[in-house]
Amino acid sequence: MLVTSFALLYQQRVAAVLNAFAAQSVTLALAVAWTAWSESRPDLYITAAIAFGLKGVVIPLALHRTVARLGIHREVEKVVGVGIALLVGLALSGLAQALIVKVAPGLPGLGRDQLALALAVVLLGFLMMIVRRNAVTQVVGFMSMENGLILAATGAQGMPLVVEVSVAFSVLIALFVFAVFVFRIRERFDTIDIEALDRMRGDRR
Amino acid sequence: MIEAYQAVVVIPYGAALVLVAVPSYRVGAQANVVASLATFAAGLWLMLGSRTVGDYAIVDEFNIVFVAINTLVGFTTALFSASYIGHEIETGRLSPPFLRFYHAMFQAMMGSMNLALVANNIGLMWVGLELATLITVVMVGLYRTPQAIEAAWKYFILASVGISLAFFGTILIYLAGQPVLGEGVPAMTWSLLHDAAAAMDPAILDLAFIFLLIGYGTKVGLAPLHAWLPDAHAEGPTPISAVLSGLLLNVALYALLRFKMLIAGQPAALDPGPVMIVMGLVSLIFAAFMLYQRRDIKRFFAYSSIEHMGLMVFAFGMGGPLANFAGLLHMAMHSLTKSSIFFAVGHIAQARGSQRFADIRGLSVTHPRLAVGFALAVLAIAGLPPFGVFASEFLILTTTFAREPWLALLPAFGLLVGFGALLLRLQDTIFGEPVGPAHRVDGSSVPMVLHLLLVLGAGIYLPPVLVAWFQRAAELLG
Repeated sequence: MLVTSFALLYQQRVAAVLNAFAAQSVTLALAVAWTAWSESRPDLYITAAIAFGLKGVVIPLALHRTVARLGIHREVEKVVGVGIALLVGLALSGLAQALIVKVAPGLPGLGRDQLALALAVVLLGFLMMIVRRNAVTQVVGFMSMENGLILAATGAQGMPLVVEVSVAFSVLIALFVFAVFVFRIRERFDTIDIEALDRMRGDRR
Repeated sequence: MIEAYQAVVVIPYGAALVLVAVPSYRVGAQANVVASLATFAAGLWLMLGSRTVGDYAIVDEFNIVFVAINTLVGFTTALFSASYIGHEIETGRLSPPFLRFYHAMFQAMMGSMNLALVANNIGLMWVGLELATLITVVMVGLYRTPQAIEAAWKYFILASVGISLAFFGTILIYLAGQPVLGEGVPAMTWSLLHDAAAAMDPAILDLAFIFLLIGYGTKVGLAPLHAWLPDAHAEGPTPISAVLSGLLLNVALYALLRFKMLIAGQPAALDPGPVMIVMGLVSLIFAAFMLYQRRDIKRFFAYSSIEHMGLMVFAFGMGGPLANFAGLLHMAMHSLTKSSIFFAVGHIAQARGSQRFADIRGLSVTHPRLAVGFALAVLAIAGLPPFGVFASEFLILTTTFAREPWLALLPAFGLLVGFGALLLRLQDTIFGEPVGPAHRVDGSSVPMVLHLLLVLGAGIYLPPVLVAWFQRAAELLG
């Protein structure tokens, strides 16, 4: 998961970002499924299926199509260079590891590592939302943050509501993928907006 | 038999489902008012009824204060928007299908806020608050202008970061509670977590509180995290600005305070008090200075909300029965006053066709009655006696002065700076030569007057029942 997070930061092209995100979601699905099996919690399979189906396949495909159809920026707009972003990313994941080890020595080994990883993924998603300007990549950053959260939630043994939250998040994300789509269209066809025509007519009356 | 705490959640959600199906916007607006009145009645019933702690719901003195304010302002805002929207249709800013959506979303938002308030489960509370936030994101973008969409996008980005960090904090609280309370639902139940706090790992609680403070603090609008708030207030429909300032910020504050209560139960953990004092003061003073540079009247009052939320967080950070009492009172007064200001601003914007200070000068000439109402509301929020805001601000400052004389200077300074800005802008708006068009205002001013009367009444005479109730709530806060 961490590797794919770094891959997300590194990518220069929107299409590649989407692929890296799909890879991350599939990894998450595998991790959740493994937790479901090892803790024998069948409800987590639903979370895994959502991660795989929706975030691993459907949303990346939909975004690919949106990007292709609207022909928006092939190149990702960045606030800082890739090198700096990667260095900050490394520092953040180190911080996450150190913080969790310091704070939670009492947790069982596996849970602790998973929590540290999850925190690192969350922070890297956060970083990605900061260093990328484009709406599509910001949404990907958010979804990657959310992947980290699901990982953390499944890592917390027996935590209820994980499935519900992941469903809610998925609906939310689907909404915002749709919103990006709409925003982009609005941006392009702003001048022939039907509402603008209405308003002009209203003024003349 | 349905319980009152179920009613405050179920009525709005049910109404939302019905409103989606109502095609006429006039009927929709009326149904919206009726449903909000029913929710308000349920809120009163909750207030008078018994205090219960269940597996999923909790009703105590503390959250009843919030539910009561929530349902009352929800009802008056529904009244206001019913009289406001006719104008929006006329000017073509909104079309009937959007209004249908608007009414349904309004009810869903009220339901989600009430859910967050009565939930006895940190996960459920998170879900309620996030639902309410996301619905307001959609509402802020309702006008579909480029500015509105940009504001909604900014709000979404910051709010979702807040969502994520608060959720991470929630997971950490669960992890802290798990060794004590066992796996599953108990480790997410407020009442159980609160009682078990002393046995939890302080280090995890510290980390959790930092995440929760940043996460929910984003929604309270605390200073470094406030960037979404002015845009969202300025670009969304005015009734939504009223609800955002008057209610949603309170609900976020409620979540933060519940976690503060929890963490205070473990003496070895970090004391949330000083952190909250610092953040509150930074917000207060920063917002007070920002007031001077605003050109847009809704943006101006959005910064004023940041200022007052800062003051409340400061008061709750001080802690103790008296400061908590003052903080709660200030919250109630601020909700009522600020929403009445936004009602007035809505009428002003309709009357003059602009939200810019430069375009709305000379209100006393063109709309004398509106000018009086607006002036009274602004004087009330500025903290002049005999309005209730004066009483609560005075109480906050005197309790601080009694305990930390030097510390009291800072909020007093911030309030004075803000006071100057308010008077300056009030003078601009009321007096001077009118410019631009002056339309007739056909909206009802009943909600605005009602709120002002309540604030005035509270300033002159606070009924002992109310005082006793707020005191009990303040004691729970610790």
